Amino acid sequence: MKLDLSSVGADLGARRIVDDVTLHVQAGEIVGLIGPNGSGKSTLLRTVYRMLRPVAGRVTLGTDDLWRLPPREAARRVAVVAQEAAPEFEFTVSEVVEMGRTPHKGAFARDTPQDASIVRGALARVDLQAFAQRDFATLSGGEKQRVMVARALAQEPKLLVLDEPTNHLDIHHQLELLELLRSLKLTILVTLHDLNLAAAYCDRLYLLDAGRLVACGAPQDVLTPELLRQVYRVDVVVSRHPVTARHHLSFFPLQRAVSLAPPEVL
Amino acid sequence: MMRRDASMLNAAHDRPRRSRAATFGLLVVAVSVLLILAVLTSVSLGAVHLPIERVARIAAHHIFGVGPVTWTPVDDQIVWTFRAPRALLAALVGAALAVSGAVLQAVARNALADPYVFGISGGASVAAVASLTLGGAVTGGLPLPFAAFTGAALTTLAVYALAQSGGRVTPLRLVLSGVAAGYVLSAVTSFLVLRAAGPDNPLGSVLTWLAGSFGGAQWSYLGVPSVALLLATGWLLARARAMNALLNGEEGAISLGVNVQRFRLELFLLTALLVGVSVAVSGAIGFVGLMIPHVARLLTGSDHRRVLPLCALLGAAFLVTCDVLGRVVIAPTELPVGIVTAVFGGPFFVWLLRRNRRETL
Repeated sequence: MKLDLSSVGADLGARRIVDDVTLHVQAGEIVGLIGPNGSGKSTLLRTVYRMLRPVAGRVTLGTDDLWRLPPREAARRVAVVAQEAAPEFEFTVSEVVEMGRTPHKGAFARDTPQDASIVRGALARVDLQAFAQRDFATLSGGEKQRVMVARALAQEPKLLVLDEPTNHLDIHHQLELLELLRSLKLTILVTLHDLNLAAAYCDRLYLLDAGRLVACGAPQDVLTPELLRQVYRVDVVVSRHPVTARHHLSFFPLQRAVSLAPPEVL
Repeated sequence: MMRRDASMLNAAHDRPRRSRAATFGLLVVAVSVLLILAVLTSVSLGAVHLPIERVARIAAHHIFGVGPVTWTPVDDQIVWTFRAPRALLAALVGAALAVSGAVLQAVARNALADPYVFGISGGASVAAVASLTLGGAVTGGLPLPFAAFTGAALTTLAVYALAQSGGRVTPLRLVLSGVAAGYVLSAVTSFLVLRAAGPDNPLGSVLTWLAGSFGGAQWSYLGVPSVALLLATGWLLARARAMNALLNGEEGAISLGVNVQRFRLELFLLTALLVGVSVAVSGAIGFVGLMIPHVARLLTGSDHRRVLPLCALLGAAFLVTCDVLGRVVIAPTELPVGIVTAVFGGPFFVWLLRRNRRETL
């Protein structure tokens, strides 16, 4: 299902954090939201998963304004893998994933065999079937993150939103998680810090700076030396990854403003 | 170029720090003036009003030995013998408590930490009340302030020892063992005062109610609490899934379709109903609300669909048992049930702390 943000503005306190951002995610597309710290990525994402009501503009999924839906209805369509949103207290992995069924369940509704099979299916997709009865708190960071993805899948959402899902993961688990996202064939909006991962795994990118949209398009069109220099204040050499042939960035500190030394000299 | 950029950055960071250091000097001066004014005002006010200016001159005479004596010996006695110690004691204690609070907040990495949270004040109270009600011999013949200090010191050591696990003390454990010690010590204080008050003292019934008791139960007491319990627990069971979702934090719960702000209010009102009707008929009984949910989770996991009904049953069985113990332990005297639950609750809490060796605790 298609996600449209039109001229969205969002405030934290009295400060405008996101200003006039228009963004589209086509059905089945993975769109990456990138930008420096404090550029408003997470804040913009919050307006999509109803954590923060936008002060301007509209957020629509398909034909519905997400902010006009009842909370449960919205949660059946949009699932989130947020930072620091794992349960406290002791739960088994299976119980955590089962929580994904919450928006589909009324008062006193029991878990049906169908719910159980959805939970098993979600665990299978993140390759954690063997962990179903493990205590969630005993898992590693990478495993926990996969459980959170499984919980989101158990919601059977039309749109999956992820806020820095690769944070705190080692490189193996970062790649594993993003490969998993690719394999889901879902409509996905994700914020990423690592620009090479964004280039490798997103269909399109939106680049934010100081709450405003600076560029959008295919990774090779957004991740240009000129734009990155302007927004991130770093210099970059663009190459093709020798194995994956993907757009690859090598960063180095900003050089003299007047003449950019050719990389060979360094 | 890079280096110069860095030094410019540092300069930019230095500026607010330096200006805060400058205002600090002003702050110290301003607050010192306030403190002196407060002390002088304190000494000047009372049955006999003395002008602040005279108070200041009397104080200056005593402290610095300056100025001619233009006041009566009575004024001197009022200011120096009776009122000055009181104002200065208040100043000393205020400074000591505030400083210790700042230290404890840093130690516990917790904005709510203060000497009461850590049970330190509770330890001082028990020693003081023991010395007052049982006589000085109980506290080794120490004068009251020393007895209280010893109580506080021993409690501090005990709380620290309890918070220790595997040679490490974590901030959360410190707070938790402090809260537990505070509960137990306040039960001991109640017990001591209750003993001293005797059976016919109206203060005794106030204390019995404060410590929690089922002594005055009648059939007519049962109606409202049973309706409230059935309604609230039924309602909560219907919302058990949403309560599970709430354990994921605000973002997690919202993403699972829970209207978190409204739901929190709903839960608060329901618990207010349950607690309100309970306290109205029994007084405030500690530790049940803390212990029983942990026991229930230990037995059946954290899913509220199982935790809530099991809590209701366990809590009921536990409190009936505690009431029986309170009646038989020092018969014919009855121990308020709240003191019995605290006696169980303290060790339980210690066990809970020791058992849970996870990083989070």
